[in-house]
Amino acid sequence: MPDADRHRAPTPPARLSLRGIGRRFGGVTALADVSFDVTPGEVVGLLGDSGCGKSTLLRIVAGLERPDAGAMHLDGRPLPPDLPPERRGIGMMFQDYALFPHLTLAENVRFGLAGRPRREAEAIVSARLADVGLGHRAGSYPGTLSGGEAQRAALARALAPGPRVLLLDEPFSNLDRRGRERVRAETLALLRAADTTALLVTHDPEEALAVCDRVVLLRDGRVEQVGTGEALYRRPATRFVARFLGELIECAGRCQGGAVETPFGRVPTDLPNGSPAVACFRPEAIRFHDAGAARGRVLRRAFLGARAMLLVTVDGLAEPVCLSCPAGEGPEAGDAVRLDWDGAQAFVFLREAD
Amino acid sequence: MLPDALTQTVLLLAGVAIVAGVVGTGCAWLVSAYAFPGRRLLDVALLLPLAVPTYIVAFAYLDLMHPLGPVQSGLRALLGLSGPGDLRLPDIRSLPACVLLLGLVLYPYVYLPTRALFRMQAATLLEAARSLGAGPGRVFRSVALPLARPAIALGLGLALMEALNDIGAAEFLGVRTLTVQVYATWVNRTDLPGAAQIALASLAVVLVLIGVERWGRGGRGYATAAQRPRPLERRRLRGTAGVIALGLGLLPVALGFLVPAAYLAREAGTRIARFGLPERLASEALGTLLYAGAATLAAVVLGLFAAASPALVGRRWGGLLVRLAGLGYALPGAVLAIGLLTPLALADFGLSSLTRALFGTTPALVGLGTGTALVLAYVIRFLGVSTGACEAGLARLPRSLGDAGRTLGRGAFGALMRVQLPQLWPALASGAVLVFVDCAKELPATLLLRPLNVETLATHLYGEAARGTYEDGAAAALLIVLVGLVPVAMLMRLDPAFRMRSRLPSA
Repeated sequence: MPDADRHRAPTPPARLSLRGIGRRFGGVTALADVSFDVTPGEVVGLLGDSGCGKSTLLRIVAGLERPDAGAMHLDGRPLPPDLPPERRGIGMMFQDYALFPHLTLAENVRFGLAGRPRREAEAIVSARLADVGLGHRAGSYPGTLSGGEAQRAALARALAPGPRVLLLDEPFSNLDRRGRERVRAETLALLRAADTTALLVTHDPEEALAVCDRVVLLRDGRVEQVGTGEALYRRPATRFVARFLGELIECAGRCQGGAVETPFGRVPTDLPNGSPAVACFRPEAIRFHDAGAARGRVLRRAFLGARAMLLVTVDGLAEPVCLSCPAGEGPEAGDAVRLDWDGAQAFVFLREAD
Repeated sequence: MLPDALTQTVLLLAGVAIVAGVVGTGCAWLVSAYAFPGRRLLDVALLLPLAVPTYIVAFAYLDLMHPLGPVQSGLRALLGLSGPGDLRLPDIRSLPACVLLLGLVLYPYVYLPTRALFRMQAATLLEAARSLGAGPGRVFRSVALPLARPAIALGLGLALMEALNDIGAAEFLGVRTLTVQVYATWVNRTDLPGAAQIALASLAVVLVLIGVERWGRGGRGYATAAQRPRPLERRRLRGTAGVIALGLGLLPVALGFLVPAAYLAREAGTRIARFGLPERLASEALGTLLYAGAATLAAVVLGLFAAASPALVGRRWGGLLVRLAGLGYALPGAVLAIGLLTPLALADFGLSSLTRALFGTTPALVGLGTGTALVLAYVIRFLGVSTGACEAGLARLPRSLGDAGRTLGRGAFGALMRVQLPQLWPALASGAVLVFVDCAKELPATLLLRPLNVETLATHLYGEAARGTYEDGAAAALLIVLVGLVPVAMLMRLDPAFRMRSRLPSA
């Protein structure tokens, strides 16, 4: 990549493609055969448990870590693994924000604009700080900012050089739960306005569903499934994906005549006859119904505000299941109940699969 | 001659290991496991002997214990004896006395990491042992001591390297160690090959020391506490027991610091009152300042790059560089001087024949004549100290800071300069102080490599002691101790693990 690219003016978002990326640390496999594409302007979430390799993958894309295998392309042009981070035109926002404590906010944002004419750089700095509502704090030092302000400052700094791809490492994890919704919405709006391709790391499925156009679910360094959040939630490819995205009620059984028998009814499947299977229901697919097939008893009822949480033992299931209902309705603790499956939101997986 | 020197050296090291190990570990346990009046003061006062170089403690006691000196005169007056011949104390110029004196100023190397370990790691384990019914004695023997073994081994390794490096104390006290023999063979007999041979033997001793230290640490590093340190619940000692504990703890402080420092202060005071400041003191202090200062500057700059090298040139080579930087500390100054002499002499020779061929004149010897050799030796020996300080400073900064600099368009070097360096000044400053003081105290390499007719405070002191005119050296010795107090004062305020980590010779 030519050296002049370092100080490029804002350019259209790039397509990022990863093919067969692998990385080992000593004997531990951090990433294996990771492949997916991020289309221009898209916001893709890298989702997974801590230690699944998602941050390592982000650092590989940034050039802060070298992959052992695989290739990366930016708009079809190869991104060599030894290309140093400062020459990639890829921005990054760090989990701890990494604002330089010895520089003011304005100087922080300006850091990535070295080589631009002074007036242009100053204009960009004021525009980016105004974008995130921190114009009045330009002269402040990072130590004086609140958590939310620091988050916005880090975003402004990362966007200032006009990166073609922006990487965000757990961008919301250091924020209070209460403000997070609003910050998410603001961040997404800024990403859209900046017209940049974004790859975002998170361990929170709700966050991935809320912010990202598509989600890449990683498990032990491998891609488990790629798709929109809804596709992952409604059509999980594996039980791991189904469990990761939401609560599950699992019933072990055996395939017979194209279905698995459960206390809640028969769940159809195309698995071969006789194979050991597990049928999984989303809790919202199980309702209280006087004519329901399953019999049970409410063990405990907990008030959660708008809704109530019920712990119910079900005949034929070893573990009690967790269900919810509107706060004013439903059975009380100790009540005998009957339960019914509404016919949606159930998945059957092979039992050995995971 | 060589076998004899080797025997003396091994005996000296073994003795110092016992004294420093027992005093250092015992005092660390005393201030960690017991509460008594004066404990907080004792806790920091136990570090004071670190300010006294080995040759100065020997220098002070040699005069104190002289048959006509204050101790023996006082004793005679007390017993009503008149002649020096009537009271015969064992001669201080002996191996046992040397062991004792070196142990008294080197025990803080053991005290420091062992105390840190007792304080940071051991609390829950020791409390568990106590709740299982073990009394303090058994807790110490069967839990604390095995737990502290890596820290004790680390501290002993450093203390013994100092003991091996020592030239003044052993020579003043008549112990013919390898280091003394290297110096004597070279300077008195001008037998460089012979000196090199002995140097090789002491290099072997260093390797054995490193091996023993590794073995003593049991493959474990000197780990820092993962969780937040919680102080040990101390057993309270009241009344006489408390006074005895305080007295026991103060004994090494008094013998290793208070007595020699007070003696030096008194001697320097009377000398200055009678004759004014020694004339040469200013020029010697300037010499010390000049060479130590130049070496400090170079060591801090190089130390910064060595510490940052994993980020600059990659983890594999960078890690090697960091280790290499720390290696010099294990080299005794006399050995290092011998090793530097031949290449530097060759370089000087080459340079002067080159200038003669080109310009027809012969300049002064650039390497050996200008002190370049001495500065080089200081830097090699103490580079690990500044590297360690910079490493500790860098480790305290989040890694994301440098990474952010990279993703915002700076190269590795640019990120170091613009992002990390502005926040490293405190670490650089403490590294500089440590290097400077180590250089100012250094004796063997200074003796061997200083330019002709140049004296530093340390070499001046050595000269006076060699001539037997102790009182004239007192002012210089006091100055060195005062300079040595600066890092001790810093240590008292800093994390106790810090300096020991920065001095790890071969971690």
